[in-house]
Amino acid sequence: MSRLGMVIDTRKCVGCQDCVVACQTENDVPQGFCRDWITTEVRGTFPQLTMEIRSERCNHCDNPPCVSCCPTGASHVEAFGKVVLVTANKCIGCKACIAACPYDARYVHPEGYIDKCTFCLHRVKEGKDPACVSVCPTHCMHFGDLDDPKSAVNELLRTRRHHTLLPEAGTRPRIFYLS
Amino acid sequence: MAQFTRRRFLKISTASLGASAVAAQWPSIGPLAHAAQAAQAAPAGVTTIPTFCEMCFWRCGGIAHLRDGKLWKFEGNPKDPQSMGRLCPRGTGAVGAHYDPDRLRQPLMRVGERGKEQWKAVSWDEALGFIAEKMNKIKAEHGAESMALFNHGFGQRFIQHALKSWGTINYAGPSYAQCRGARDVGFQLTFGSGVGSPEPLDIKNTDCLVLIGSHLGENMHNSQVQEFAQAIARKVPVIVVDPRFSVAASKAKYWLPVKAGTDVALLLAWMNLLVTEGRYDKAFVQQYGHGFDKFAAEIKGYTVEWAAEQCDVPAELIRAAGREFASHRPATIIHPGRRVNWYGDDTQRSRAIALLNGLLGNYGRMGGMFVAQGIKIAPYPLPKYPEHAKPRLDGAEADIYPFADEGITTAIRDATISGKPYPIKGWFVYSTNLMQALPSEAETIKAIQNLDLLVVCDTLPSEMAGWADVILPDTTFLERHDELLTGFGRTGWAALRQPVVAAPHDQKPAWWIAKQLAEKLGVGTSMPFKDMEEYLSARVEKSGHSWAKLKTEGVIMAEHKPITVEEGLALEFATPSGKVEFWSDQLAAKGFDAVPKYTRHPEAPAGMFRLISGRAPVHTFSRTQTNPLLHDLMADNEVWVHTATAVKLGLKNREYVKLKNQDGVVSNRIRVKATQRIREDTVYMVYGFGHTNKMLKTAYLRGASAGGLNSSYKTDPIMGSTSIHTNFVSFIKEV
Repeated sequence: MSRLGMVIDTRKCVGCQDCVVACQTENDVPQGFCRDWITTEVRGTFPQLTMEIRSERCNHCDNPPCVSCCPTGASHVEAFGKVVLVTANKCIGCKACIAACPYDARYVHPEGYIDKCTFCLHRVKEGKDPACVSVCPTHCMHFGDLDDPKSAVNELLRTRRHHTLLPEAGTRPRIFYLS
Repeated sequence: MAQFTRRRFLKISTASLGASAVAAQWPSIGPLAHAAQAAQAAPAGVTTIPTFCEMCFWRCGGIAHLRDGKLWKFEGNPKDPQSMGRLCPRGTGAVGAHYDPDRLRQPLMRVGERGKEQWKAVSWDEALGFIAEKMNKIKAEHGAESMALFNHGFGQRFIQHALKSWGTINYAGPSYAQCRGARDVGFQLTFGSGVGSPEPLDIKNTDCLVLIGSHLGENMHNSQVQEFAQAIARKVPVIVVDPRFSVAASKAKYWLPVKAGTDVALLLAWMNLLVTEGRYDKAFVQQYGHGFDKFAAEIKGYTVEWAAEQCDVPAELIRAAGREFASHRPATIIHPGRRVNWYGDDTQRSRAIALLNGLLGNYGRMGGMFVAQGIKIAPYPLPKYPEHAKPRLDGAEADIYPFADEGITTAIRDATISGKPYPIKGWFVYSTNLMQALPSEAETIKAIQNLDLLVVCDTLPSEMAGWADVILPDTTFLERHDELLTGFGRTGWAALRQPVVAAPHDQKPAWWIAKQLAEKLGVGTSMPFKDMEEYLSARVEKSGHSWAKLKTEGVIMAEHKPITVEEGLALEFATPSGKVEFWSDQLAAKGFDAVPKYTRHPEAPAGMFRLISGRAPVHTFSRTQTNPLLHDLMADNEVWVHTATAVKLGLKNREYVKLKNQDGVVSNRIRVKATQRIREDTVYMVYGFGHTNKMLKTAYLRGASAGGLNSSYKTDPIMGSTSIHTNFVSFIKEV
C-alpha cells in the first residue's frame, strides 16, 4: 500500500502559476476556480528581505478533518495512495468540509458538489506524475510514495530542511516544502 | 502572482467574470481532418499533434491534445530544445487563446470617423480588394515606399514577403527599437555579433549569474528559466541588480537595489575594480582584445565609492559582488537582458555589459556565453524583391541612427508625421499593438491622421485595431501553418507550426491573407505555391529530412557542432579589428564615446516617483489579457509602492488610484500594492494592461497601461531605440 505525497522545492519555484493552468486544463476546472494556487510570503524590511514562493493545494492529510466531518461519506480517503477524494454523486454540497479545511483547499463546483485536488489520480494510475508536477518548468515538485523509504520524495525529506503548512492544526499534511 | 488567499482569489475571479459557470463551457470546435491523420498514439479519444508555440517569442515546441475532437490541452514537446518537454503558463494556457471569447471573428471595415470604433462586417474579398485598391493608389501618387509595415511575431513572414514583393521598403517591429535592439547593437560593436534569441547563455553550466534588471522567472523565457532553476538548485551564486526585490532577487546571494537609471555607474565601477585589482582575464584580453590600454585609462576614475554614491547602495556590497563574479570566470555570465530600452543610452549600457563579459573572458566558454549554431534548411525558390530608388527611411539604411541594423518603428512614425524625407501614407500593422508598444500615444495618433490607409491584422481587437480602416482577423498559432522555424542554440533545430484545430469563425491564417492580398496587388507570382503544405514539405524534403516524420515529431535537430572553446571551437570576432573592441573606433568615428561614459539621469520631481515596468509570467505584452485561462491568473496589474511611501501618501493596499505623469497624462485606475519589495523613490507595474478597446470585453479598463504613461521618451542616438523608464508619476486618490 502506498501513501502518496508531494515535496516542493521553494528555492527553485519562481511562482509562475504554470501548475495552476496545467491543473485547470487537465482537470477541466471551471473558469474562475482553481485546485492549486501560488502563495508568496515576504519577510523583513527593505533591503533585508526574504521571500518564499509556494505552490499550494489540498494537503491530502493523514488526519483529514474534511473526511471526519463529512455527513455522507463523499469526502473520503481512497484506498489507492491514501489520497483524499470527493465522490461527486454522494456530495450534498453542505460545505462542512470547506469549513473544516484549514488550507482553504476546496470550492463549490458550479454543478453543486465540492471539488479539490485529486493528485491527478487518473494520471498517477497511468504511471504519470500529476499535471502540476509534470508541467513545472523549474522541476520544483516531486511526487511519490511516502511509505517507500527509497522513494525520491523520502530522499529529499531526509537530506533537506522542510516544513508543512499549519502543522499546529494536527492534520499531518502530506505536502512538504523544502526551504 | 497571487499574493491573496484562495478565498480572495475566488471572490475576485467571480466578481470579474460574472457568469463564471456559463463561461466554463468551451464552444464546440472540431479538428482539421489532416490534423487527425498526423496524430500520434494516445489514450482512446485523444489525439496529439506537435506544433510550436506563439504565446510569446521563445517559440517552444509543444504537443496539442484533442479530446473527442476538441482542443483540450497543450503540453511541452520533450524533443524540442526550447521547451524541453515543459511549457510556461502562457504556453499551457494557449488553449485559452483558441477559445478566447473576445477574438476577432470576421473582417471589419470602419464606418464613420477613424478611431471611433464603429464597424461593419465584410467579406475577405471586399476587405482585401479595398486594401489593394488603396495601396495601389498610394503607390501611384507617392510611390511604394510610402506604404509602411509594422510587424511582430512569427506570423509576419509572408505578410512582409507579400508587401516587399509589391514594393514596400519601410518595415519595422517593436521587438527592435522598443526591446532588444540596443542590446544586440552593444554586443555587435564589442564582439562583432549580436546576442540573438534565445540568448546563447550557458546558464546550465555556469558558476555565477549576474542579472542587470533582468527579472528571470517573471519573464518566463522557458528554457532559460529552466536552466536558472537548475542553477539555483546547484547553489550557484546569483547577483541581481534591480530597484525591485524581484523573484530572481529573492533567489540571489547579492541583491543590489540600485537607484533606477544608475546601472552604467555600477558597471563602470565593476570594470574598474576588475582591472585595478587584476581580476580580469589577462590572457584573453591580450589575445583577443583591441584598445584595452585606452579603455583602462578611460574607466580609471570610476571607483566603487563613487558608484556607491550614484547607485545608492553600499560600496562593500558592490565590491563583494564584483569580486564574487570575477572569481568564477570564465564560467560567469553578466546577462545581456532583453527588454533593455530604458533611458535612451541603452546601447552604451549594453556595451558596458558586453565589455564586462569581455573582461571575464567568457565568450565561447563553457558556463559563459556559447556561440550558437543553426541548422541548414533549403530555401523555397521565391522571386526577388523589386529594386527601390529611394532609401529606406526607417533607420536601417538612412543615416539617422548610424548603427541601426533593423527598421525603426518610431522613425517610420516620425516620417509619417513630418512627411520627410518623403510622405508615408499607409500603414499595415501585423500582430502588434502600437498604441501600447510605442512611446507617446499622442504621436501615434498624430501620425495616423496623415494616413490614407491603416490596416490592422491581428487575432484580437487591440487599441491599434480600434484606429484601423480595415481589420483582418488572423488565426491563432494553433489554427495555422507558418514558415518553418530554423533556430540557433546549443544545437541548431527546425520546428514545424501546423494547425491542430480549425479556426472557430471566419479567421484566416496570415500566409493565406498574404497570398490573397499579393494576388489582388498584382504580385501573385511572389508566392508560387498552392498552400503551406507544399511550401514546407518542399523545403524539408529538399534538405534531406522526412516531411511525414516532422509532422509527427514537430522538430528536426541538426548535428551538434562545437559551441565553446572546450568543445574545440576557434574564436572569431567579426569586428573591424577582428578582436573584442574594448575601445570602439567605429563609435568614435561617428562622434560617440568609444568607451561608455556615465550620464546622470534626471531625478523625480518632488512628490513624484520614477515609473518602471516589467513582465508577469502569465502574460505577454498587451495581447493575452483576455485569454480566459490567463485572465483568471492575473486580471489586473498593480502599482507597486514601498510601504513607507504608501503610508506617507495615505494609500491603502489594494485600493484604486490613478497615476498622473509629468506631462499630465492620467492612467486608468489601478490597485496599489504596498510592499517592502521596492525602493521608496520608484514605482513599478507590469505593462500591457489598461485596455481601452471596448471589443476586448474581458480586459476593458482593467488596470493601467505603462505604455500609455510613456509620453516622455528619449531616443538612443546610436541605433534609435526609445526609452520606457523616463517618466515620473504622482498618485491621484480614486473617489
